[in-house]
Amino acid sequence: MAKRIDVSGLSAYYGSTKAIEDISMAIEPRSVTAFIGPSGCGKSTFLRTLNRMHEVIPGARVEGKVLLDDENLYGTSVDPVAVRRSVGMVFQRPNPFPTMSIYDNVIAGLKLSGVRKKSVLDDKVEKSLQGANLWNEVKDRLNKPGAGLSGGQQQRLCIARAIAVEPQVLLMDEPCSALDPISTLAIEDLIGELKTQFTIVIVTHNMQQAARVSDRTAFFNLAGVGQPGKLIELDDTQRIFSNPSVQATEDYISGRFG
Amino acid sequence: MSAATTSVPADARPLGRPLTANRLPKWAPAAVAAGSIALGCGIGAVGGLESKLQWGLISAILFVVISYVLSAQVEGRRQAKDRLATSVVWVAFILAVIPLLALTFYTVQQGAKVVDGNFLSHSMRGVRASGPGGGIYHALIGTLQQVLLASLMAAPIGLLTAVYLVEYGRGKLAKAVTFFVDVMTGVPSIVAGLFILSVWNLALGFNYSGFSGSLALAILMLPVVVRSTEEMLKLVPNELREASYALGVPKWKTILRIVIPTAIGGITTGVMLAVARITGETAPVMLLVFGADYINNNPFDGPQQSLPMYIWMQYSQVNNQYGYARAWGAALVLIAFVMGLNLIARGIARWRSPKAGH
Repeated sequence: MAKRIDVSGLSAYYGSTKAIEDISMAIEPRSVTAFIGPSGCGKSTFLRTLNRMHEVIPGARVEGKVLLDDENLYGTSVDPVAVRRSVGMVFQRPNPFPTMSIYDNVIAGLKLSGVRKKSVLDDKVEKSLQGANLWNEVKDRLNKPGAGLSGGQQQRLCIARAIAVEPQVLLMDEPCSALDPISTLAIEDLIGELKTQFTIVIVTHNMQQAARVSDRTAFFNLAGVGQPGKLIELDDTQRIFSNPSVQATEDYISGRFG
Repeated sequence: MSAATTSVPADARPLGRPLTANRLPKWAPAAVAAGSIALGCGIGAVGGLESKLQWGLISAILFVVISYVLSAQVEGRRQAKDRLATSVVWVAFILAVIPLLALTFYTVQQGAKVVDGNFLSHSMRGVRASGPGGGIYHALIGTLQQVLLASLMAAPIGLLTAVYLVEYGRGKLAKAVTFFVDVMTGVPSIVAGLFILSVWNLALGFNYSGFSGSLALAILMLPVVVRSTEEMLKLVPNELREASYALGVPKWKTILRIVIPTAIGGITTGVMLAVARITGETAPVMLLVFGADYINNNPFDGPQQSLPMYIWMQYSQVNNQYGYARAWGAALVLIAFVMGLNLIARGIARWRSPKAGH
């Protein structure tokens, strides 16, 4: 299921403002790639270009290529809706659908794309919730509203909802920033399990987290206020955190600036 | 030493102030209110003031002044200002509630005399205008049909317009639509009536009917529905839309299955309030529905009646106590109808709104 992503010469704009400039990188399948860097350097923007969520914002546009196993996501006849079905996303703040029960939340993606068969859906709910390590906590109250869960549970519900549509890639935009350390640990363990099936890309401000969960780490930075963000380097996580090849990366990781 | 540190005097002791102070007892405001009312009535009686309104105003002013002075003496100026604001708010609240209660009370008192089974199930056909008897059945049917038809036209159009404005509208067209909705909000109801009269009845040659009335009512209802629905759709967090897009759900389905259900409580309330508003409209109905004494169950053909117009027709007969009584009875039914709609709207809003159950 997992697919490889190759990005080349990608720039993203908000209106006339260039947010990120000329980014090229390769994201390996069945691995966790972490994006780190100071606020406003374009990590989240870049992440959102990987499933064409960037263009949802009015006036936003993208230049460059994103290849998902040799298929350009920005090709002329590509349907963004189909792209998002194969590249799922988990957001910073847990956002379960407030009108739906836990059960309906998990299968929202399937149901809204036309799957109706009860046995298929039941099966999917159990598998996805187990995949998100939430099944044991909610199996007796699947018909209760999703908004009644704790923050950490809601975030795992959102992960279950994202993996229920069986994407090839899972993008996570600071998935733990609104959670306490215990819920964070649960999500991090989950990421470790999910990477056997999915290609995972995670944006995080927490460098320990990047060091704990990721196989490879990309460091983004911006030259100054008003300048577009750029990819400084991408390497194995161990190398980035022990012996990075660029001075700016070492400065950032050791907390000497930013 | 920098300027910031020298600006604090050396002997300042910010925590040296006592934390306790004299307070008026909890029953003080009630006692002051009772005292001022007694005093106000006393002054009114002694001064020979005819109007009870003047008694009340004197009491209100006395209440505000006495609470302020008393509090300033006992508790200090800051507390006194707090009391002043509180008592002004209370007085304003009571002033606002009095007309409402008086209106409800008077309508119920006058209307209850005539409202009975006979009144609700009979028309005015063959009833002498200056005599007793008769009822509002024809007006009730007319109002129900006209309001229903108007709602069937205005609610879907208004809902779709709001969806366009919030979810799709960009640039000049959206601005133009918003502008015209604003203009429509300000259209006086008689003008809406005249417009339909000149286009539908005079230019196109249709007869007076309940339907032409409901066309004018729909014009009045539309901007209210658009505005309230728009506000409700704007309240739906963008995160929910993005969450849905990220699952590979197309935009139209996201709107239909995520955005509208999330806002449905508020949307229903808005539509119901718009319905309540047009239920009481009189002017366009007078021009277009024409007013009939008999039951006309077909809103598309011939004159009908409606409750507000019935009230006006009954009350416009000078010195006719039976007419006046029937007018109050119809007013009571009208108020009950509108209040019932509001209650239903609240019920739906509570029932459908997203809940955080455990």
